[in-house]
Amino acid sequence: MATERTFREINERIKQGKAVVITAEELVTLVKEKGVSYATSEVDVVTTGTFGPMCSSGAFLNLGHSKPRIKMQKVWLNGVPAYSGIAAVDAYIGATEVREDDPLNSDYPGEFRYGGGHVIQDLVAGKKVNLRTTGYGTDCYPRREFEAQITLDDINEAILFNPRNAYQNYSCAVNPSSKTIHTYMGVLKSNMQNAHYSTSGQLSPLLKDPWFKTIGIGTRIFLGGSVGYVAWNGTQHFPSFMKDESGQDLSPAGATLSVIGDLKKMSPRWLAGASMLGYGASLSVGLGIPIPILNEDVCRFAAAGDDELFAPIIDYSQAFPERESGNLGHVSYAELKSGTIKINGREVTTAPMSSYPRAREIAGLLKTWIQKGEFLLGEPVELLPDANAGINANALQG
Amino acid sequence: MAPKKVVLRFSADISDQPMIYKLVKDYNLVINILKANVNPQMEGTMVMDISGENIEAGIEYLRSVGVGVQSLTEEIIQNEDKCVSCGSCTAICPSGALFIERPDMIVRFDSDRCVVCHLCLKACPMRAMEVRF
Ligand code: SF4
Ligand code: SF4
Repeated sequence: MATERTFREINERIKQGKAVVITAEELVTLVKEKGVSYATSEVDVVTTGTFGPMCSSGAFLNLGHSKPRIKMQKVWLNGVPAYSGIAAVDAYIGATEVREDDPLNSDYPGEFRYGGGHVIQDLVAGKKVNLRTTGYGTDCYPRREFEAQITLDDINEAILFNPRNAYQNYSCAVNPSSKTIHTYMGVLKSNMQNAHYSTSGQLSPLLKDPWFKTIGIGTRIFLGGSVGYVAWNGTQHFPSFMKDESGQDLSPAGATLSVIGDLKKMSPRWLAGASMLGYGASLSVGLGIPIPILNEDVCRFAAAGDDELFAPIIDYSQAFPERESGNLGHVSYAELKSGTIKINGREVTTAPMSSYPRAREIAGLLKTWIQKGEFLLGEPVELLPDANAGINANALQG
Repeated sequence: MAPKKVVLRFSADISDQPMIYKLVKDYNLVINILKANVNPQMEGTMVMDISGENIEAGIEYLRSVGVGVQSLTEEIIQNEDKCVSCGSCTAICPSGALFIERPDMIVRFDSDRCVVCHLCLKACPMRAMEVRF
């Protein structure tokens, strides 16, 4: 009989130290050698990982009350504005925010040396961060200015809450125009001299459970070096499938996650400020998801290798900025990782934007945590909308 | 005068000029080309040792025809604490000094191949490539 398991059974095995845990890379090999039925019967959990710039990231901070009290109307952390349109001493520091005196792209391409992502990295590194805040004064919050050096230990809560992370799949970006362009996909040289891609392919969490048979609200994950949770689907969650020429499903497309965790427990190795030349500041986030092998279906999807996962090739000089549909074809992650791909018969050098070695390290860490019984699976209270949910992207008109 | 190590950068429209010949013939310099690289757009980078009496005049000549000349007392290093092996510098680096080691996908830096073009300094999102003087 085909193997079936529940979250509860797997967690029992984890507690007893008996669970068989392997990384998604290892599963790909195992299934190629021994088949899905065998792998499903042997393996309880498969771990995934990804590490790359994820702009839709940030942290809620409760900065604590001063004496006398101040209702913080404006907040700056190391000069980077944090959103404070919430309660008196709460603020949200977003990854892409930069200092008010940042030259931005006025000196093109702008360097965006220090932004919210760097503030977050400095905080988790235990560094002192300058907090400056102003208020307008109320009867209950009379103070109008406050400035101090703070560390993560000095403040009450710090909750990493990233509205859109772990993009399921991403385009392979090229630039067929005659001048270099600077994008969130890196520096793209003219005349399609390079092609940049950005997922960890066969290790990428959402490519391994494309039908959301196991991932949902409450899934416990690796986040920023510690434990986090899936809070909801991410923004722009479009869990559809790209089609090939014959209309068959080619590869999962655009599902995303919103994730949450305790920033105080995270590490600067897995939350690193990033500066995208000519584009902006960001935060590189380390994220990994354990996939329970509940049945053969789950196993089959989790076993998709780099040769079975595809990315669309998109022109970032024209089609992307002008929001024109269409692409220059599809390439497999195996081709992308080989270092060169063929576009219209021409060889183009490829480079990744997200770190495969770090993704592998995350999958390995998660595997060890589970093997040691330190990390139990979180059974979702609700699974996320899948490709049958009929979600369509809205566009701004005007 | 002691030999001077310089890096030259020149664009397509001047890459067909007999620059080296002129340095040798008109300025009496001894040239030792250490690395040379021309990309598909015919933009070139060259690292060389120059020695002789008229180094400064020779460099003046190069600049006058539009060649970027930079003294190579500086060196590029990869800060391994900051590098996350993302790889996004590897297709930018014109000399192959930054490259991905397969199948592990770890990004390595071979300083011997570096032509000190500085492109990676800002292209690296982690600012892990640094100049050392
Ligand atoms: S871009 Fe920077 S962080 Fe990424 S591999 Fe190159 S040197 Fe390392
Ligand atoms: S300076 Fe950077 S980009 Fe230029 S050759 Fe050296 S390593 Fe490559």
